[in-house]
Order: sequence, then C-alpha cells, then structure tokens
Amino acid sequence: MSIFEYNGSAIVAMAGKECVAIASDLRFGVQLATLATDHKKVYKIHDQLFIGLAGLGTDSETLSQRFTFKHNLYKLREERDIKPSAFAQLVSATLYERRFGPYFCQPVIAGLEPDGTPYLCGMDSIGAQEPAKDFMVAGTATDSLLGICESLWRPDLGPEELFETVSQALLSGQDRDCLAGWGAVVYVITKDKVIARTLRGRMD
Amino acid sequence: MDFLCGLRGKDFVMVCSDTSAVQSVVTMKQDEDKLVPVDSHKLFALSGEAGDRVNFSEYIIANVRLYALRNDAKLSTKAVANFTRNELATALRKSPYSTNLLMAGYDDGEGGGPSLYWCDYLATLHHMNICGTGYGSYFVLSMFDKLWHPNVTEAEAFEMMRKGVEEVKSRLVVAPPKYLVKVIDSKGIRTLGEL
Repeated sequence: MSIFEYNGSAIVAMAGKECVAIASDLRFGVQLATLATDHKKVYKIHDQLFIGLAGLGTDSETLSQRFTFKHNLYKLREERDIKPSAFAQLVSATLYERRFGPYFCQPVIAGLEPDGTPYLCGMDSIGAQEPAKDFMVAGTATDSLLGICESLWRPDLGPEELFETVSQALLSGQDRDCLAGWGAVVYVITKDKVIARTLRGRMD
Repeated sequence: MDFLCGLRGKDFVMVCSDTSAVQSVVTMKQDEDKLVPVDSHKLFALSGEAGDRVNFSEYIIANVRLYALRNDAKLSTKAVANFTRNELATALRKSPYSTNLLMAGYDDGEGGGPSLYWCDYLATLHHMNICGTGYGSYFVLSMFDKLWHPNVTEAEAFEMMRKGVEEVKSRLVVAPPKYLVKVIDSKGIRTLGEL
C-alpha cells in the first residue's frame, strides 16, 4: 500500500459565482482499520482562504501548523491577510524545499481573491501547481471524484447550488472508496461569510 | 503483541494495557507497567519497542515537569498531547521513535474534564472517546462502539474493558496473559486492577 493511502482521504473544491466551496471526508483510519469519524482535512488560513490537505495524516497536521505559523508572521509584517494566489506560491515553495524527502500530502487551495474572484489550485506532493477554473480533487478517491465533478459542475453556480453540487459530488465519489468517507464537512466561502455544514453519508 | 485501549466517560478516562515486556520471541517480564503517569492527572499508555517506549516517555515527562517548575502552572492534557506529537513529528525524519501511545488526562476548571488522545508512531494525533492500538484493538473497538454511550459510568466502563480483554485472550493468537487497568478522574490516577 502506498504511503499516500495509509490514512485515506477525499477532498474536493469547486468554484461558483463569487463563491468557492471546499469539502473533505471525515474518516480517520490506519490502513484497513477506521479509528474515528470526525477527522477534518480542511484547515482555515483566514476567512477567505482554506486549504485541504490529502495524504498522510501526520504530514497534513505538520503542514497546516507550518502554514498557520507562516501566515501569522505574514499578517504581522504585511498587516493584511494573504491573497490565495500568493498563498499557493508559499505552499509550493514549502513543499519543494523538501524535494528529496517530501511531505506526503496533496494540497487543494480554495479561496476568494480580494476582488471577489474565486481561486482554486491543486498541487502534488512536491509543489507543482495546477490552477483550475472549475473544480479540483485530491486524495484516495480522485478517480471517482473527477468523474462526478465533470458531470455535475456548471459555471456560475450560486452559494446554495454550489453547496448541493459539492456535497453530491463528494458523497458519490467517496462511496466507492473504502479509505475515504464516514461523513463529510463542506465549507462554502462567500464575500461576507463562510458556512460550514457537516453531512452524514453512508457510514461504511 | 502490545495491546492498549482507552475509554472516555463523562467525568473519567479509563485505560488498559497488557503487562508483558518482550524481546523477539522471549517474554522478559510479565509485570511491566506501561501506563506511565506524567503528572497527578495525566498518563501515557505506550506500546512498541522497549527502549523507545521508556526513553520517549521519560523525555516528555521531564519536559512537562520542567515547564511546571519554571512557570508554576500545570499544562493541560491537550497541550501535552500536542507537545508529544510535535516531538514525534520532529524525530520522524531523523531517528523515529517506534512507539504508539494513548494520552489520558483530566483537567480542572472550565472547558476541562476528561480527554483521551490517540497518537501513533508517525505522529498522527486525534482526540477520541474510544481508542486502541495493536492487533487486539481489531477485536475490541467495534465492541466498544456498540456498548459505549456518552454517560458511561466507571463500573460500566470497567465491565467493557473486562469483556474486551476476554475477547482478545480468546481470539488473538499471540494474546498477552495479563492486563492492567487504570482510571483518571478529578481525584487523580487510580489503579483499578488486573484482568
């Protein structure tokens, strides 16, 4: 079993009309054993920027702590929150620093630029950026997730429709993967608020 | 093979571990206490290689005591658990400790109460109500999921532990013969007995 499949995860992010959504499954497991069903893989950087970290649990935790640390220093120096595009560069550089001993994580960055445009970006474990205008997926269920996202996504979805689309995509995608699932958490980010919802899917 | 399990109740945490210390195919001793107190209201349950187990726990305990002495304040269970995770994560890509552990504690004051953390040798930390490590946990976790409820009492929890240990002894090929159970509540750490 690959090191990326040791814990298991499913992350999906989608862009709508002046909103983005990012969602992850809630399973915490070690190979074939499920140990908990409340382990989120999406971390908040600031109100308009979230990062999902798929892959090895310990590296997700370490990386999220490092990014929070770096953003705290950034805020002190710049006296403002970091832009999503700049944050993506920061993530990419942090990952490439460990080119020959990498963190076993695949980040998905979802946020709103200061002018309200949605920003979506996925990366591999050594920081190769893949910006997207529609959706981005990561984790152990990527094959299923790509299929359902391609079918369900349409441009200019409003926040409520985007929530429905992301939820259906994640729940369907993770059903076919034994290492991801056991519920989901969905964050919908708009200019003035973030709504977090927990979903109950097939608990198997 | 090492076995650890833990249960969180409304106002207590109960942990159980086996008591064998093993070197390859030989049992060195049958009365090893793997439930190590960190301070009056917290303990570590550790499994894995004997050298790493003892070395790592002593290192963490020493640092926790030093903090308490320097700052005249006890650390919360969450703080100790996260400090432990950090130490394991830093060591992971240099010279990793091959020890899985449970961290159980009771914090006084607001927002306190019992807490139970699971941490593996890769430094993956998670707060849980029911946890276990080792082959034995495969038999025990689903049983606990069925029997546990948020207001479980100490007597009910001890009965769950007893049933779990019975299951491990009967179904695991390399089941250890003896197990030790300790509980932590507002009054501190108490040994409940052997199973």
